[in-house]
Amino acid sequence: MTARLALTGITKRYGAMLANDGVTLSVQPGEIHALLGENGAGKSTLMKIVYGVVKPDAGEIAWEGTPVVIADPNAARALGVGMVFQHFSLFETLTVAENIALGLGSRQPMAALVAEIRQVAAQYGLAVEAGRQVHHLSVGERQRVEILRCLLARPKLLILDEPTSVLTPQEAEGLFAMLRRLAAEGCSVLYISHKLQEIRALCTAATVLRAGRVVARCDPRQETAESLAEMMMGGALAPASRPAARQVGAPCLSVGGLTLPSQEPFGTTLRDISLELRAGEILGIAGVAGNGQKELLAALSGERRAAADMVRLDGQGIGALGPAARRALGLAFIPEERLGRGAVADFTLAENAMLTRLDDRIAPHGLLDLKAVGALAARLVARFGVRCASIQAQGRSLSGGNMQKFIVGREIDAQPRVLLAAHPTWGVDIGAALAIRQALQDLAAAGCGVLVVSEDLDELLEIADRIAVLSGGRLSLPMPVAEASVEGIGLLMGGAAHAPAA
Amino acid sequence: MHDGFALLALLVATLRAAAPLLLAGFGELVAERAGVLNLGVEGMMLVGAAAGFIATAATGNPLLGLLVGALAGALMALLFGVLTLTLRANQVACGLALTIFGVGLSALIGLPWQGTPITGLATVIWPGLDRAGPVAQQFMLLDPVVWLALAMPFLVFAFLYRTRPGLVLRAVGESHDVAHALGYSVLRVRYAAVVFGGAMAGVAGSYLSLVYTPMWTENMVAGRGWIALALVVFSAWKPLWLALGAVLFGFVTIAQFHAEAFGLDVSPHLLATLPYLATVVVLVLISRDAGRLKLNAPAALGKPFNAAG
Repeated sequence: MTARLALTGITKRYGAMLANDGVTLSVQPGEIHALLGENGAGKSTLMKIVYGVVKPDAGEIAWEGTPVVIADPNAARALGVGMVFQHFSLFETLTVAENIALGLGSRQPMAALVAEIRQVAAQYGLAVEAGRQVHHLSVGERQRVEILRCLLARPKLLILDEPTSVLTPQEAEGLFAMLRRLAAEGCSVLYISHKLQEIRALCTAATVLRAGRVVARCDPRQETAESLAEMMMGGALAPASRPAARQVGAPCLSVGGLTLPSQEPFGTTLRDISLELRAGEILGIAGVAGNGQKELLAALSGERRAAADMVRLDGQGIGALGPAARRALGLAFIPEERLGRGAVADFTLAENAMLTRLDDRIAPHGLLDLKAVGALAARLVARFGVRCASIQAQGRSLSGGNMQKFIVGREIDAQPRVLLAAHPTWGVDIGAALAIRQALQDLAAAGCGVLVVSEDLDELLEIADRIAVLSGGRLSLPMPVAEASVEGIGLLMGGAAHAPAA
Repeated sequence: MHDGFALLALLVATLRAAAPLLLAGFGELVAERAGVLNLGVEGMMLVGAAAGFIATAATGNPLLGLLVGALAGALMALLFGVLTLTLRANQVACGLALTIFGVGLSALIGLPWQGTPITGLATVIWPGLDRAGPVAQQFMLLDPVVWLALAMPFLVFAFLYRTRPGLVLRAVGESHDVAHALGYSVLRVRYAAVVFGGAMAGVAGSYLSLVYTPMWTENMVAGRGWIALALVVFSAWKPLWLALGAVLFGFVTIAQFHAEAFGLDVSPHLLATLPYLATVVVLVLISRDAGRLKLNAPAALGKPFNAAG
């Protein structure tokens, strides 16, 4: 059988970094092929080459046996390649139908297009309203629009880049069913992910990338999650140790009746949020992106002010205080964006270390004690295993995982009463993610209250003691992890009954 | 009858005063909806006014003058496009520079032509203008350029919201990265929008020097380019509000003359600021909902586009 897509020796270099190094890959008709690798392994670059967004420096692409040059996305679509991007490529202020029309390039009238959208949507079970503006849609609905846009072009190869990272477990099941049907009809699927369980459940072939090179090919159904992880990482992993039970103390951070209207055009309004974080526990906040996570974190960290009584730290109303004042009271915060909010890309590690630590030890009488700054940075690097050239290395020169270890370490080292962590392991390689989770567990064991907001449900189930779900700006009652089920949390994430799941 | 005539005269005068703002404003609206902020409207209008005037004085044909004015504006915009789109220079700085350049260039090329008499457009199209009755004269004052200006809101609205190229243009202004990923040529769309905006500014400028005044004096656009720019932003990039704002400006401009005629004892300089003041105040009131302004603003406005790979 002729392969639908065959890549041979694809190489792409960005400056000193080889994003793809002689990658060879072939996808058969009707196959669901996984492209597996850690962040930065070169998966996205490879897919952009297939889709004509990026031009390779070397290598050949053959489509159904014929060598082709994919000059731009139009050429890719003309061949029959459809792509669902990880960060959605939709226009917020345009309607669903307008977005689909832009992606199709056909000149049929809008009414006919809307009829066709309805028909294809019904055929594959993708419910969306064609006339709505995209910024009103949930993340799951947006993904359906993206997929519809591809399906209307009748693709022969559909590429999906980490599609389930924004879906509830139930929505992900629906997506898998749709993909299996599509594959049964002869369409090939290239599925990019680092979630090993879903690759084992869905895919019939896999190519594993590490540092831009193909390191393995396998049938994921024959592998275990551990063996796949070892192929990705190139070594065995020690799982984080979880203490049988942590000593949970008195409430340290409590939020009551927190209601905040959104300030952003596409933001989420927080509605009557109440929660209680106790010393020595990890409370996980689950939810699909865009349900109020950013707004809740801003209200807790002090970037958004609220009424003083709405947020309390050890009984003291801090809702009206700014971030610096809250830090001084012992509330540390690890923001979502590493470079830009957590650290400054152009600063050295030493300078980044003092950003949130400008107390009397570092800056007595308002003057910097550079020796103390250097000692602090060196301590963080040593204690948290940050791989860097020296403490004079610029923030941008570190990999995402190392920078994140440094920021997490900086906040933990401040010995806070409460630590807020936003997506602490997002975009971080597996090794660093393990280290960060372990550090958070150790901090909780030492008696600090830790609140972790994450879209990665597996992560929360692994480290949290209790989990609450944020959906549409409302927070569910927290449930102990031992009593939580993936299905129950999934229902809450999708906006089901505002009550704890069984 | 007399009241009716006065009302007609007021309406005609208002529309004539609004025409340059409608033309330049809708040209800029199209450019900004494509994501390009061109602050050089004033400069493009001035160069259009000077070039159009010179062409008319040299050939005696104001229609040719309008065409030359449009071309001159388009060339200015093309220069801006090369700087900001191809070379990715800062749009705000380049726009300001374009205006300063336009002020100087128009003064330079227009200098020998100051005080030269020309045949106005209206006289050329309506040879019987001098002999017509007063009511007919009023209608004749509404020349084709005014009609074009009045049609602009409808034409631009239909283009943006009812045609495929209009949809692509809005998409490019909303997110150039997404538009690029979908295979649209961001630069081509933006060049077209910017050059269209420049041509419209050129027509607006030559309308001032060929029809409205008609003569050439230095700096004769007198800030109308800036008002057109402000109208686009304060109207939240909506064609209807932009049209209303332009007509309002025209009305207050005319009303100010009437106030002087009534013998209102206020400095004429102070009165002359009224149209600018009134337009800004009203539009600020309309657009004081910052959230809505943010929602309507083309998200990629003013951001340089750099295709990856």
